[in-house]
Amino acid sequence: MNENVLAQGRTAAKGGWLHYFANPGRFLRIVQPALPWLAALSLMLTVTGIVWGYEFAPADWQQGNAVRIMYVHVPAAWVAMAGYAALAICSFFSIVWRHPLADIAAEEIAPIGAGFTALCLVSGSLWGKPMWGAYWVWDARLTSVLILFFLYLGHIALVRAFDNKAHGYRAGAILALVGAINLPIIVFSVQWWNTLHQGNTISLIGPSKIYITMLYPLLVSTLGFYLSFITMVCTAICAAINERKTSALLLAAAERAP
Amino acid sequence: MSINPWPFINGAYGASVLFLAGAGWLVFKRYRRARRRLAQAEA
Repeated sequence: MNENVLAQGRTAAKGGWLHYFANPGRFLRIVQPALPWLAALSLMLTVTGIVWGYEFAPADWQQGNAVRIMYVHVPAAWVAMAGYAALAICSFFSIVWRHPLADIAAEEIAPIGAGFTALCLVSGSLWGKPMWGAYWVWDARLTSVLILFFLYLGHIALVRAFDNKAHGYRAGAILALVGAINLPIIVFSVQWWNTLHQGNTISLIGPSKIYITMLYPLLVSTLGFYLSFITMVCTAICAAINERKTSALLLAAAERAP
Repeated sequence: MSINPWPFINGAYGASVLFLAGAGWLVFKRYRRARRRLAQAEA
């Protein structure tokens, strides 16, 4: 718990809400009732986005029907990067404030984020073959995303490599924070290097180079993928908290037994 | 002659649906098991 809470019996004036919500029991009470709603919404948006992209979105004048792969590849790539950013933020909270919920969240984000990164790499390869004539090239964007995948795998392995869980969490947090330098490299790789991978089509600060008939299904699919990721991570965190509570109860019962 | 993209499109969508459904199902199963075991431990 935060030192201000321990010393003064109240939440810190700055970021008090953060420490308030970092309590695993409180997280469970707030998030668990919302899980069915989150799951229903993410399923609805993901199915809509996928069906829209596969069946109803127009073919591109240059890429033809192969552009449909974009509706699963781009959301997977964005979620993979956002997932790693979330992992790095949890690691920061873990190192600075030692929130147990941050450790649990980091441990649960990594395998799901690795799955989305693998999906991004596989769908990108399947787009590359008909467009570039090759499943894989050692292009800056592709290579930096492959490194992201290895960083996820490294975090999964490192957290579980220690007998003392706290040491694993600390080592994993350091790896996640150091690996966060890869995120701007992925984003700007298409500008810093002469890459085969196309440049950024969608911009938050300028006009996007995509027509709305393609932009809308992409946005719906992206929202669905993001919500699916959030739902999976929240469910996994709730499961992990429940598992810890069960272990604590069983341990207490074993210690009480004559 | 240009390559037929549909096998690649179907592969990408198939992988996506399999991953999302598979990962979602595994996480849900784990959550259900954790809840059941906690209820048993509390009883």
